[in-house]
Amino acid sequence: MDLAFNAEERAFEKEVRDFIAENLTPEMKRATALTPSVFSDPDIGMAWQRALHKKGWGAPGWPVDHGGPDWTPAQRWIFETECARAGVPNVNVMGVKMVGPVIIGFGSPEQKNFYLPRIVSGEDYWCQGYSEPGSGSDLSSLKTRAVRDGDDYIINGTKIWTTHAHHANRMFALVRTNETERQQDGISFLLIDMKSPGITTRPILTIGGDHEVNQVFFDDVRVPVTNRVGEEGKGWTYGKYLLEFERGAGIASAKLRDALKTISDLAESDATGRAIDDPDIAVRMSEVEVDIDTLEMTELRVLSALQTGQNPGAVSSLLKLRVSEIRQAVTRLGVDVIGNDGLYVEPVRPLYRLNEAPAIPEELLPVVPEYLNGRAYTIFGGSSEIQREIVAKMVLGL
Amino acid sequence: MDLTLSDEQRLLRESADRFVSETYTAGHRRKIASEPLGFSADIWKEFADLGWLALPIAEAHGGLGGGAIEIGILMEAFGRGLVSEPYLSTVVIGASLISECGTEAQKQALLPKIADGSLYLAFAHSERQARFDLADVTTTAKKTPDGWRLDGHKTAVLDGNAAGQIIVSARVDDGSGKPGKLCLFLAPQGARGLALRDFPRLGGGRACNLELRDVLLPADALLGDGSDALPAIEAVVDRAMAALGAEAVGIMQTLLDQTLEYTKIRKQFGRPLSANQVIRHRLADMAMQCDEARSMALRAALMADAEPVARSRAASGAKAKIGKCARFVAEQSVQLHGAMGVTEELDIGAYFKRLLAFDTLFGGSAYHYRRHATLGGRAVQA
Repeated sequence: MDLAFNAEERAFEKEVRDFIAENLTPEMKRATALTPSVFSDPDIGMAWQRALHKKGWGAPGWPVDHGGPDWTPAQRWIFETECARAGVPNVNVMGVKMVGPVIIGFGSPEQKNFYLPRIVSGEDYWCQGYSEPGSGSDLSSLKTRAVRDGDDYIINGTKIWTTHAHHANRMFALVRTNETERQQDGISFLLIDMKSPGITTRPILTIGGDHEVNQVFFDDVRVPVTNRVGEEGKGWTYGKYLLEFERGAGIASAKLRDALKTISDLAESDATGRAIDDPDIAVRMSEVEVDIDTLEMTELRVLSALQTGQNPGAVSSLLKLRVSEIRQAVTRLGVDVIGNDGLYVEPVRPLYRLNEAPAIPEELLPVVPEYLNGRAYTIFGGSSEIQREIVAKMVLGL
Repeated sequence: MDLTLSDEQRLLRESADRFVSETYTAGHRRKIASEPLGFSADIWKEFADLGWLALPIAEAHGGLGGGAIEIGILMEAFGRGLVSEPYLSTVVIGASLISECGTEAQKQALLPKIADGSLYLAFAHSERQARFDLADVTTTAKKTPDGWRLDGHKTAVLDGNAAGQIIVSARVDDGSGKPGKLCLFLAPQGARGLALRDFPRLGGGRACNLELRDVLLPADALLGDGSDALPAIEAVVDRAMAALGAEAVGIMQTLLDQTLEYTKIRKQFGRPLSANQVIRHRLADMAMQCDEARSMALRAALMADAEPVARSRAASGAKAKIGKCARFVAEQSVQLHGAMGVTEELDIGAYFKRLLAFDTLFGGSAYHYRRHATLGGRAVQA
């Protein structure tokens, strides 16, 4: 057993560092640090995606013949870790990490040829149409209808919590094409052009003051049948496949460590009156850091299993639970570290383009919004209560 | 980066699991609980035959040159069976202190005896006023014309009654009035002035408190060359905590397995306990914490030979985290067994008590989160 990376992997690490040093501008870095929502706005996020694409790194995890870089699990780890350490923009995952793998797995040759290159290059910007006002955790109860009319489906209904729908030109959606006995059986997976007539988008402000999510309405929206992925009625299978990605069997510890490092640096700065000198804060900082160490080790165990071609098992629910809880612990600690400056409310967005200097040090601005918005981490992608049920079923066999 | 077991390590795990499951039944544990040693000398001989006592000892001294990973594999199996043989005292701590501090002559005299099973060791270090501060030692060692004179007291000396030699830490009193260097001394069982108060230990095995009054020892009782032993003690205790963490993982996994089984069988209101969501989610949390403990025990073992700050942060982090998880899993195992969990009629209580002892040994969660927070100068390492 050995935690160290080999010479080839260390050479790759240097290549990643060099790439970041050349391409991550101070503006991107500052904008990312001052973004209190999950994803960077497209002007920042897509600039980074284009740089990745130019280097041939636009679609980690994709097969080589679709433009993937053919990295080993260890290279994926190194890439994600270095990106987190450097504070690169958080590119919206709906394209590369979510709809991309579904199209690769289940799409037609025409769909693959058309959509995949546009995802990697950043030409298309995707949003996800899953949740509905009446269908949250019980997602398969969804009611948005797609009725066949010649070569089109006609869509009526509404989707909610749609991240970046106001930026996206495309949506992948689960819609009901049949009333079946098992509600999962009547669902299909559609690719929708957001400019189609009949689509309207309503912004929803989160408690942190950010516009990241929306409600999307469909009134007699025509979608060509050729935009259906795979078979009619099999959408639930494809959608679940994708949820596995959303639950992140991925690499989250590096980002969490970077977030905690930011809070720790604030705690050691005069801006917070050296909050770290409060022994309670120092101990809680250690508690969270140890939780991140634990998560990192679990991720490395999974990585090592993948490297040697073993099945890591049903760990993705387990990881999702801990990642979301630890992220919330980091943001909660942040609020306690900044003390009185947490009372300041900055209503203007984006925080990296304010017209007037704020009344508190700039770097403290995202702390409270991150905590408030961060309550969603244990809710989206399957709430923690749903995740515990999955662990009971899949891991414990109950 | 490779966290898979080598073939040798896999074999070690298989033989340890087999030995423990065949030997360490509940009946066996009850039988040895009433024996004066608190364990079985015959089983210790088998450990020697299996090569386990030689495992971490250097090949130059008749050992197998194994490391923290191999120790962890054994300790996890020991945890599953609540093994009470003095492996931690003699091999993990004793042999390591001798390897770290001893002179070549001492290593050659003592290490082969550990490997062949003829020498038990104990480490007498903790003192009442120190709680878990490894540097806080008031026991003194004064130089005499013939050697050394030790005075002081020690608490929670694991397996002191069985030990042929007790490794005692003491501050060398050079007459200057200032606290002297921390050194280690080998005190033979039965030395005049050495009073043992032996007692059964929570969770199995035995421990004792020591009183040292004018204990006269020869000059070569000093382990090593007289340089400050604190760095070695810290290193060895860090490794002991990694080993204990692996043992705790074995105990927690057994508690989880048994509790899972019980909640499937036990019926109330016409259905198994495990049909209730509140129970299912509790079990999910227990499973998650078992897995987290496993990650941290492995991490502490992998960092056992890292530079001191990284090693100690890993060890304290593991001790703190595993301690917290262990208490949760142990308490919930009792809770989910209902009233039966509070009785001696089930095994659950024995595993519970061993985890409670684990959390206390070398300092509990709160102590180690504090130690972690003060090590290395800054809270979060980049």
